Order: sequence, then structure tokens, then C-alpha cells
Amino acid sequence: MNPFTPKKPGKSFPVHIVVFLAPAVLIYTLFMIYPLVDTMRLSLYAPTDTNSVAFVGIQNYQMLLNDPLWSPRLWGALKNNLVFFTIHMLVQNPVGLLLAALLGSRFVRGRAIYRTLMFTPTVLSVVLVGFIWRLILSPLWGISDGFFNFFGVDNQPWLGLSETALPTLSLISVWQYVGIPMMLFLAALIGIPDELIEAARVDGATGWDVFWRIKFPLILPTVGIVGVLTFVGNFNAFDLVYAAQGALAGPNFSTDLLATFFYRTFFGYQLQLGNPTMGATIAGVMFIIVLAGVLIYLFGWQRRLLDLQL
Amino acid sequence: MARRDSTNMLLQQIGIHAILLLYTLIAIFPIFLVIINSVKSRRAIFGAPLELPNAVNWDTVGYETVFKRASFDQYFVNSFIVTIGTLILILVAGTMAAHALAEYRFRGNTLMGLYLAIGIMIPIRLGTVSILQLVVNLRLVDTLTALVLVYTAQGLPLAVFVLSQFMRQVPRELKDAARVDGASEYRIYWMILPLIRPALGTVLAINMIPIWNDLWFPLILAPSEKTKTVTLGAQQFLGQFVNDWNAVLASLTLATLPVVVLYILFSRQLIRGLTAGAVK
Repeated sequence: MNPFTPKKPGKSFPVHIVVFLAPAVLIYTLFMIYPLVDTMRLSLYAPTDTNSVAFVGIQNYQMLLNDPLWSPRLWGALKNNLVFFTIHMLVQNPVGLLLAALLGSRFVRGRAIYRTLMFTPTVLSVVLVGFIWRLILSPLWGISDGFFNFFGVDNQPWLGLSETALPTLSLISVWQYVGIPMMLFLAALIGIPDELIEAARVDGATGWDVFWRIKFPLILPTVGIVGVLTFVGNFNAFDLVYAAQGALAGPNFSTDLLATFFYRTFFGYQLQLGNPTMGATIAGVMFIIVLAGVLIYLFGWQRRLLDLQL
Repeated sequence: MARRDSTNMLLQQIGIHAILLLYTLIAIFPIFLVIINSVKSRRAIFGAPLELPNAVNWDTVGYETVFKRASFDQYFVNSFIVTIGTLILILVAGTMAAHALAEYRFRGNTLMGLYLAIGIMIPIRLGTVSILQLVVNLRLVDTLTALVLVYTAQGLPLAVFVLSQFMRQVPRELKDAARVDGASEYRIYWMILPLIRPALGTVLAINMIPIWNDLWFPLILAPSEKTKTVTLGAQQFLGQFVNDWNAVLASLTLATLPVVVLYILFSRQLIRGLTAGAVK
């Protein structure tokens, strides 16, 4: 063993280790771990008449699930969030993969320029993206008329109708974030050794075969990362709905996601006062959902990939 | 045979470029449309939205409204302070913690690594109820400090993870040689920093944009006029002036253009940083 590496604390207390760790651990614990734990604790409390809170067990959760005032909002937000997530998985990630595959194919010139321009919407604030699309889709401006007429569809106030608002918002979000899966897939595809692909080509494999039989299986770890990032991101999405539709997630709550529901509940809106403990309960539900997704990824996907490699 | 191959190749190339061009257009066109219309008169915005700005349709009334009604310069300063402050704090605290985890074998090292990694996947937003209470108790409501601390806590987990991966690759002999020369542990930490410059770039790239663009925490922790960030300021301004198209387009351009220009200038570093961080 190396004689110069401090091995175990004991003889002299390793002050320097504590000094190195202290700033990060303090800030992280105080502003992330403590609030998360405390929020989960608060979700088990309810306000009393005397301006304090009392322990009520899982009563808040029962109320959220069963109470006729709360449960339609919860299930509505949950359902909308699932639709939001599904559209991202079905559109954003396949389009990202397609663009990455095209950018990664050999002899494509101008790769850097394409990549830079296609990633531009991703660096914009969601607030701006929401408004930009609100303008473009506005029947008042009418700039999208020609586009829809070209496809034989009448232009409509897509964000104003309760049937179309959520899919429209989801596609706006896809437009903004498609750059992220594209970049991750591209990085993974570029990392595949050329010899592997050359060998397959010599054996007469077509580009299609090479992609699905060789490249795609090799980037499965990235597919998992993209999936879990999409999941966690989507189940926290707030900014776009808030910017484009307001805190009430209209029309008629048709674009309400868990995070907008959470915001309205704990912070209040218009004349409705904030309710921290019920807000904490919704955060608790979101926490369980995110945790479930992350655990499925870690133990379902990654574990299986490790098995395949062995 | 060879000729058919090369025609095929050519067709394939054309097909690839056609799809890439089409998507590039989809990505860029909405932004372009907003920018060109922000300097046109109201009549031209509605009458000929696709026309480029020219001497006839030129009108900057939207910008005049924005500068009169909102202090965007103040919002920019606030966003800068918050972003730069957070990035510095993440780099300092993050490199120190990563150094401790990568360099020393102490009891609880793995556990500490896992503890710090929890925050990579669990979004800090879920703790907002208690963060607000904490910020109220610390008397930090409507201060930029509150935002800096929260964003630092949010950015540290991934930063420590990426940085410690890089720090483990620094050759041990280098550090041991310094120790023989009597360098203190702090001196050794300082010596390592320049060696992991790419990792520092990655950490900056991952954190910069989400902090600048965040709406949630400014809305909840620092919504006052003097602490508003650009994102929140733009959101509220747009909400108020929703029917003044000139002002809306001008404020959108003002909030978008600096980010897009900076991004184009640094896109190479940024993209490299993002992918390096994610693949790790």
C-alpha cells in the first residue's frame, strides 16, 4: 500500500477531509435533503384551529385520493402527466434518435452546424418558448393558417380547446427538448468503434441492418438514460403550462400537470389561499412516482443490461 | 456496380440532408419569426408576417414600451448575479467534496458518495414547501442569496459525481511526489484543479442554462421587482402586455437574443460539456 495515502482516521483526526466535505455537505443537506425530508413529514400533518399543525397520519393522502374536491384534480393531473410523458416517449425520443442516426452517419457534411441549430430551442427559457408558440398558433395572427391548410386541416385555437391543448403543449415541449436525446444518442453512436461497423459492412449488411442489429443494441444504456431523464423531467414539468396557460392550466384544467396542481395547492392562486400540508402531500405523491421510475430504471433496466454483458 | 453504388450514395446523401435541413428549419423558424417581427410596425406584423424588416415596415415602438414599462436591465443583472454566483459556489464546494471522495479512503466514503448522489435523480422542487419555510425563517425571502443557495444545492450532486470521476484519473504519483516535498493536503487540492479543466467546463455547461431559465424558484422565493430574474420578469411582462404585440415580440426578442448569441458562440464547448457529463 502507498505509505503517503492517509488510510483510516485514528491516529490523527483527518481535519482536511472534513474541511473539504463541509461546504458541499452543509449546503446540500440544508437546502435539499432537509427540505425533502421535511416536506414528506409535513404531508402527514394538517393545520389546526390554533394556527399550528397536528399529526394526522396518512389522512391527507386518503383525502387526496378519495375526497370529491381533491381526487378529480389529482387523477386529472396524473392522467394528463401520463399523456404528456407518452407523447415525449413516442415523438421526442424517436425523432431524437433519427436525427442522431442521420448526424452520426459517415460522410455527412456540416454536422456541427446542423447540431448547433437544432439544439437552439433547448437553450431557451420555457417561458419564452411557451409565448413564441402561443403567438404562432394564435388565430389572431393567422401565421399558421397556411401551414394547416396545406395539410387540409382547418386552423383552430389549438391551445384554447380542451381536447387539443394538452397534445399541443406536449408537442411544443417536444420541439424544445428534442435536442437532448439527440445529443445523448449522437455521443453514444459516435463512441461505437468503427471496426465493428466495417466488419458488418464487409459481410454485406445494409445501413438499416447495421443500425438495428449493431448500433442500437450498443446504445441501449443511453436509451435507458434518455428514458429516465424524460420521465423525471416530465413528471416535474411546470414552466411551460404556467407560461402558456396560466396557473389554472386551462381550458378547464385540461393541461393540468402534477406540478401545476402542486403549485396551486401549496402557494395559492387568485383568492384561494395556499395550503402547505396538502401541497406537501402532492409533493409526496410526485416523490413516490419519481422514485418508482428511478428504481425501475436502476434495477430493471441497468441490472438487465449488466446481465447481458456478462 | 461501382457506378450504381455511387449514385446510391449520392441519393442517400441528398435524403439525409433533406431531413436534416427540414428539421433545422422547424427548430429555427419560430425564433426567427419572432425576431424579425419585433422591429416591424403593427400593421406589418399582421399584414405581412413573413416579410423581412425594411425601411417601410420598420418600427421599434415595442422596444420603447419594454424599456419604459419594465426594468429589463435590472432583471439581467439579477440573472447574471444568480447564475455566476451559483456557478462559482458549485465549482468551489463541488471540487472540494469531489477531491475528498476521490483522494482519501476514510470510513463512510462510499456512503457519503451515495448520499450526495441522491440529488442527481430526485428533483429539488419536491421540497419546495419546506424550502420556502426555511427561506422565510432565514429571512432570505426576496433575496438573490436564497436562489444561489437553492441552485447550488440542486447542482452539487451531479457536479460532485462528474468531478470525482475525473479526479480519480489524476495519477497518484503526482500527488505523492508533492506530499514528499512537504505539500499540505490543501496545496495538493489546489494543484489538481488545473488538471481537471475539462470537467470544470462540463460542470459549468450542465448548470448554466437550467439556472438562467428557471421560473419556479424566482416565482416562489424572489418575486419582488428588485430581485426578479429575466425569466420571471419576461413571464410577468408578457402576461400583462399580452395584447400589445409589438411589446410582446420585443420583450421576447430581448430575452431570447442574448442567450442565443452566447449559445452560438460557445456551442462547441457547451455541447461537448453536456454530452461528456451525461455519458459519464
